[in-house]
Amino acid sequence: MKIAGGGPVIPNFGQGSSCVTGNHAFCWGWVREHWSDTLGPALAQHVELTAIAVGIGFAIAFPLALLAHRFHKLEHPFSIVAALLYTIPSLALFQLLVPITGLGLTTVEVALTSYTLVILLPNIVTGLRSVPPDVIEAAQGMGLTRLQVLTRVELPLAVPAIVGGLRIAVVSTVAIGTIAGIEVTTKGLGYPIFNALQDPTPFKTEIYSAGALAVALALAADALLVGLRRLLVPWARRAA
Amino acid sequence: MNETRAAEIVFDHVTKQYAGRHAAAVNDLSLEIPAGTFCVLVGPSGGGKTTALKMVNRLIPFDSGEIRIDGRNIDDLPLTELRRGIGYVIQQVGLFPHMTVGDNIGTVPRLLGWRKTRIEERSRDLLDLVGLEPGDAKRYPAQLSGGQRQRVGLARALAADPPLLLMDEPFGALDPITRFRLQTELLRLHDEVGKTVIFVTHDIDEAIRMGDRIAILREGGVLAQYDTPDAILAHPADDFVAKFIGEDRALRRLALRTLASVELESDTGAASDTLRVPPTTTVRNAVSLMLEAKTDQVVVADGDKELGVFRLADAGELL
Repeated sequence: MKIAGGGPVIPNFGQGSSCVTGNHAFCWGWVREHWSDTLGPALAQHVELTAIAVGIGFAIAFPLALLAHRFHKLEHPFSIVAALLYTIPSLALFQLLVPITGLGLTTVEVALTSYTLVILLPNIVTGLRSVPPDVIEAAQGMGLTRLQVLTRVELPLAVPAIVGGLRIAVVSTVAIGTIAGIEVTTKGLGYPIFNALQDPTPFKTEIYSAGALAVALALAADALLVGLRRLLVPWARRAA
Repeated sequence: MNETRAAEIVFDHVTKQYAGRHAAAVNDLSLEIPAGTFCVLVGPSGGGKTTALKMVNRLIPFDSGEIRIDGRNIDDLPLTELRRGIGYVIQQVGLFPHMTVGDNIGTVPRLLGWRKTRIEERSRDLLDLVGLEPGDAKRYPAQLSGGQRQRVGLARALAADPPLLLMDEPFGALDPITRFRLQTELLRLHDEVGKTVIFVTHDIDEAIRMGDRIAILREGGVLAQYDTPDAILAHPADDFVAKFIGEDRALRRLALRTLASVELESDTGAASDTLRVPPTTTVRNAVSLMLEAKTDQVVVADGDKELGVFRLADAGELL
């Protein structure tokens, strides 16, 4: 029934409450009972899955964006590769990677990271480009070096666009990450859903609770980033 | 604030041609700007005045000739050192939106490694100098009006006490009332801090009002005339200059003088209904007032004290 070991045998129709045995819409009792062995770990894994993908994606996208900003010729090839990557359906991308990186976390992270790159790279470049030309001219005219223009003017002014890119990247990684639970890994919130779907009569509570947790995680991460932006961009907040 | 540093600027046969353009942007420009002079570059668009200005801080490279500041060729100076020693003010101001007013003003001092307390002190002094409140230091550019922003731009340019200010149509985007007020304050500031200023405008009125010297550039970047406003208005070098300064040049000349600076006929018991004007009135305005009142004389009076009589015919003698 399962493609990989490690998860509890769910649903356990043998000894559950009438809610569980009757497969009602939503059983709080089951959620409480299996928080520590199923949902909690899955949530933690999903956070890790997302953080690694966005973290590595940012670490790759940031220097690439600086290169594209500095050498305009690079932007076009970058965006073509990114666009192509994004057109591959995520389920297909996971399957394409399996022969190369095998079943497991590596495949998931490679795919998720690719998607974050596609989102982050253009956002960072756009942010760097959005600085008004008169601001750059004033900076150069006052004797800032090219590096100082980048670090003291362009990067701070790109922060709103960069955080905007991170928000999209995080939310979509949380969502796409659940698909990874299908046939690729037992980690994350996708696996309980996939597991439930394996049964001829899928266990509703497990699907709904894991799905709701994914939505909650996406919303919480997004709120966190909005807060981060408010912290980093006081000048836009105080603007009239 | 006792700032008297000023630099002499010399353009020595400077030429610049943009790639793909037939006419030169600046054509064999030679100009000597004595230290402390308020020099205005004026002319129609395509005259190369902004190009000439931006050559001085090397934002635009030129093809031949040289520019010297206090005798030193600008190409011999490291680029950042050259620019940090020149105040630069542009029409769109270019304040850093992510920095407070105080931090904007402290930009060049920070680059020069000044201590924090000295930068803050300097920033406070400059806010006062340009007519802003000390509390404005904590505000962001987005919270300021256009006029306030340009005041901050001016303060930022003056921060490291540069001997030279380059101003590229600094008041071009402001409404007429704000522009007039800032012009007046810049003139006061120039008297106070005594720096060399190179000021670009396309507005001949502004040029006449602001400049100790005016350089008129024509299309193709050719210098048409370089002289004091009075000399240019009295003796335009050619038809182009005459047309550019306008057919009312005699009146513009009269606007350069006030009644305080002309010889008045000692009061000869003028009729009580004669027009009375203060000595700060320009001769041009006095003439206008006489024409309006259909009279040919005004009594110049400082409060109750009558200084003398000025007649319509006297105005012609001044030209």
